[in-house]
Amino acid sequence: MRGARTAAGPRTVLAYVIRRLFAVAMMLMVVTLTTFVIFFVLPKWAGSDPAYLFAGKQTDPAAIEGIRQKLGLADPVLVQFWNFVQGLFVGREYANGADVTNCPAPCFGYSFRTEQDVWPQLTEAIPVTLSLAAGACLLWVVGGVAAGVVSALRRGTLWDRTAMTVALAGVSLPIYFTGLLSLAVFSYQLDWISGEYAPLEEDFAQWFQTLVLPWITLAFLYAAMYARLTRATMLEIMGEDYIRTARAKGLTERVVIGRHAMRSTWTPVLTLLGLDLGALLGGAVLTESTYNLPGLGRLAIESISAKDLPVILGVTLFAALFICIANLLVDLLYAVVDPRVRIG
Amino acid sequence: MSNPDKTGAAQSGPAAPEAPEAPLSGLVPGEVAEAGSAAPSAFLEVRDLRVHFPTDDGLVKSVDGLSFQLEKGRTLGIVGESGSGKSVTSLGIMGLHTAGQYGRRKARISGEVWLDGKELLTADPDEVRRLGGRYMAMIFQDPLSALHPYYTIGRQIVEAYRVHHDVDKKTARKRAVEMLDRVGIPQPDKRVDSYPHEFSGGMRQRAMIAMSLVNNPELLIADEPTTALDVTVQAQILDLIRDLQKEFGSAVIVITHDLGVVAELADDILVMYGGRCVERGPAEKVFYEPQHPYTWGLLGSMPRIDRDQTERLIPVKGSPPSLINIPDGCAFNPRCPYADVPDGDRTRTVRPELRPVGERHFSACHMAQEERTRIWTEEIAPKL
Repeated sequence: MRGARTAAGPRTVLAYVIRRLFAVAMMLMVVTLTTFVIFFVLPKWAGSDPAYLFAGKQTDPAAIEGIRQKLGLADPVLVQFWNFVQGLFVGREYANGADVTNCPAPCFGYSFRTEQDVWPQLTEAIPVTLSLAAGACLLWVVGGVAAGVVSALRRGTLWDRTAMTVALAGVSLPIYFTGLLSLAVFSYQLDWISGEYAPLEEDFAQWFQTLVLPWITLAFLYAAMYARLTRATMLEIMGEDYIRTARAKGLTERVVIGRHAMRSTWTPVLTLLGLDLGALLGGAVLTESTYNLPGLGRLAIESISAKDLPVILGVTLFAALFICIANLLVDLLYAVVDPRVRIG
Repeated sequence: MSNPDKTGAAQSGPAAPEAPEAPLSGLVPGEVAEAGSAAPSAFLEVRDLRVHFPTDDGLVKSVDGLSFQLEKGRTLGIVGESGSGKSVTSLGIMGLHTAGQYGRRKARISGEVWLDGKELLTADPDEVRRLGGRYMAMIFQDPLSALHPYYTIGRQIVEAYRVHHDVDKKTARKRAVEMLDRVGIPQPDKRVDSYPHEFSGGMRQRAMIAMSLVNNPELLIADEPTTALDVTVQAQILDLIRDLQKEFGSAVIVITHDLGVVAELADDILVMYGGRCVERGPAEKVFYEPQHPYTWGLLGSMPRIDRDQTERLIPVKGSPPSLINIPDGCAFNPRCPYADVPDGDRTRTVRPELRPVGERHFSACHMAQEERTRIWTEEIAPKL
């Protein structure tokens, strides 16, 4: 990434993005294979059979054999994998002669539990998680960085110590503690928040209202890291020669700090953001189950507890895609933020 | 900034050595110095400047009673080892000595700094800030770290110009290109959009100089302007500074440990040791009739092309003094080969005052002037 001297024209960037997207596709193939092996091959070796999971309480050997036929579980593993991948792109049919289930592309299979296609469940859950993630992310970056800057400039004061203590609490307290606490206070006691989640395009007020607490809770966890990172970076930057130069030019402290010093905190913040966006889905799982938001995290929890393999597989693939795209975006942003980084 | 001790300054400050060469233009109009505190006639006059930094280990006396004057159109070279207080002096004048001191104990500064009839240490810091970049500008040692890595050269120059001039970006940009052209950067209209890391070391320093001079400052402080550069580039930069000074007629302070730089640029030389001035005078006097053992040591440690290579350089023995525990008496006494020449224990107990040893030439040494002249002409000079 670094070192190449050529300026990054739009074509270089496009070529880079295409190359990275290709790498993302390869990555997803590997993830697909791995998860497929874990969910559909390993259980067999452990003496379990996905067909039993699908069958639920009925243990009629004939019925199970029918399911096995229909899901193709009797085929060789490679064939099963091929069918799965093919389903992702062109859709597939599950048939055992008498009973045909059509699964259009992209086909992640259909849920053992609800006998619904996995794809619509995913598409319903993704906007919820994205709303949660984007809002919380915005909140924690702005809040964390602001708190860090103020702490750095008022180093050693009461504000600094208070902010850093709160930050420490933020890092240490788990979501299921802060989340439940906030629910107990704001929802049960004060009754400020009520009702079910509604999609953004249907009911903005309801969407916003149900997401405020999750945003704050999730952001609180991450903001702490950003406050501490920003504070440390800022203290370092304020001692840099170019800050002295900025002062020597006769700039006001406001411009020196707000422009020259702030500009340099972006890079480390972005680095951390890249790592955190990847791990964010983990935080979303806890937040969504605490606040009962119908997102990917809750879908994951529900499907895991029901051993609903196709849904788990779908969620996993989406998590992987999310991480890959987030990383790609962060790498692209690097080049925007730091002119010394060259794309290519 | 603490209040300067004016009475103390009046007593311990050295006598004004010379009549100023020219009356001054009104730099900061409407400011008349209050009666009693004698506004100097020199363009820049520093009186008994002290910059002390409180640390956990004790008080670091980076600058401890420094006085000098500088006229417009002239160049003063401040010479000394690392840690002799050269850079802190310049930061003190610019009001930048507190930089990087966030949340720590603040630096203490006292004395007087008069810039064209205006005392800076007692002035409102905001007012001093507005003088920065406009009336006094600075070139720093390492242009790579002194320029903001994330802003283009042009943007940084434009910013420096627009702080002090109410012009639109386009005009300021034109001015930036003009300045880059003036300091010898090829294709200035293209390079104006380059980032510092896309410049070579010499080009960066040129850009830095362009930025410092964009407002035609009357006082330019160059802090080790060539230390980070190749020797060939050094000469170009020195030529550039000299040419620009002629063109703009500014007063220039060059801070360096390199006597070659001083020989190239300076009209006057001030030799610093342990935060104090040990010798001050016209360049030719300091080079050819130096009156302080430390100056001898500096001259002896300078490599010369006309000297036989088998001869070794004569380093100044020992190491620079700790600025927390500056030796009593003459700060140089532990390293001075002639410490025992003066009678009694004076070199170790009495701090030598800066005394005139010639026209505009001062030295702080306990040895009698005849003795020093003898040692220089008989013992030191023949070996150089």
